Amino acid sequence: MTFTLGEDVRVADRPHDGHHRTPGYLKGKRGRIVRAHDTFRNPETRAYGEDGLPGLRLYLVEFESGELWPSRAKARDRVHADLFEHWLVRAS
Amino acid sequence: MSDHGHSHEDAHDPIGRDDEPLAAARVRALEVLLVEKGILTHDEIRARIDWLVSRTPAHGARLVARAWVDPSFNERALDDARLAALELDLDPGESPHVVALENTDEVHHVVVCTLCSCYPKSLLGPPPDWYKSLSYRSRAVSDPRAVLREFGLELDDDVEVRVVDSTADIRYIVIPRRPVGTEAMSEDSLAALVTRDSMIGVAEALSPASELTRA
Amino acid sequence: MKRAAHDRGGWPTEEPIDRTEHELEDWELRMDAIENVLEQHGVLKTDEMRRGIESMPLVAYEAASYYERWLFTVETILEEKGVLARGEVDARMQA
Repeated sequence: MTFTLGEDVRVADRPHDGHHRTPGYLKGKRGRIVRAHDTFRNPETRAYGEDGLPGLRLYLVEFESGELWPSRAKARDRVHADLFEHWLVRAS
Repeated sequence: MSDHGHSHEDAHDPIGRDDEPLAAARVRALEVLLVEKGILTHDEIRARIDWLVSRTPAHGARLVARAWVDPSFNERALDDARLAALELDLDPGESPHVVALENTDEVHHVVVCTLCSCYPKSLLGPPPDWYKSLSYRSRAVSDPRAVLREFGLELDDDVEVRVVDSTADIRYIVIPRRPVGTEAMSEDSLAALVTRDSMIGVAEALSPASELTRA
Repeated sequence: MKRAAHDRGGWPTEEPIDRTEHELEDWELRMDAIENVLEQHGVLKTDEMRRGIESMPLVAYEAASYYERWLFTVETILEEKGVLARGEVDARMQA
């Protein structure tokens, strides 16, 4: 799925057995696309000896720390993370 | 104890010594086996070790100093730090993507890899132990201000602390703010103010006064 | 959702950051080099290496040092690929 800069997204909250690069603290959380990186080979299949094709687009997604850690974050603070397109859905 | 700055042990050294962790002997055995099987050579290992020990924060500091003095280079560095590094004949490493994060009066970046320990080691040298530690990997995202406080850095509430978790194969390097009072300084002198920790984001660059008083 | 051992962001801990640094030991540099040269030769991939580390049980993961984890995963993946036979490194250490 292709996303545009500034678009609101939600990180999938699905259990995933095996290698993947979506941290647990971001699963199910709401964020915003701040950068579109290139396409990369899929680490989830590369990790098991496959070539990782077709590639997947990687996005830099911004999260409000106040939503991730409600009890301690400062209002302005943010977390950014690189996430693959198939872990993101458009937020309503 | 170990003198990795000099030539390294060859395959005929005894495997297993009393004063070292078990892993050390195991690694040597592994290397011997892989060489015997023709999968790699000692020369390749030596070359890679030589490369690794040649990497220091001075490389990243040169990139930062140039970005400070040359606004158009700064633009290029923010657009593609890998290409910008190559402009300065710096080795950006294997990662095809290096992104520079510019600190401003409004935004202060801190880099972490919560899932493992990804780090721009070609530009900064090997990462410090604390960067790879479980506590940094946990707390840098969940309580960065407390972590920064431990490093002696206190930021105002109206500054955005932006933690960047390098979860994929992009390597991140922070361009710290240029210290005040450095307008007349040469690029080399500026580079000397740029510490490894400031390019990770747990510190600011040194001020010229502190640099002068540093031993 | 239960977290895997390596998935540390926000893992409950108040532990202060230990800022003690150590210069890499010879064996650690060697381990780093072995892994990278194996990658250069296409024998294993970074993603496989990470997957191997992630397969460590929690206690082992937390007890191991950084390069001990690399050693574990390189041995695991090489065994999986049939490059190393089970017990081959052990045997070589006895020799």
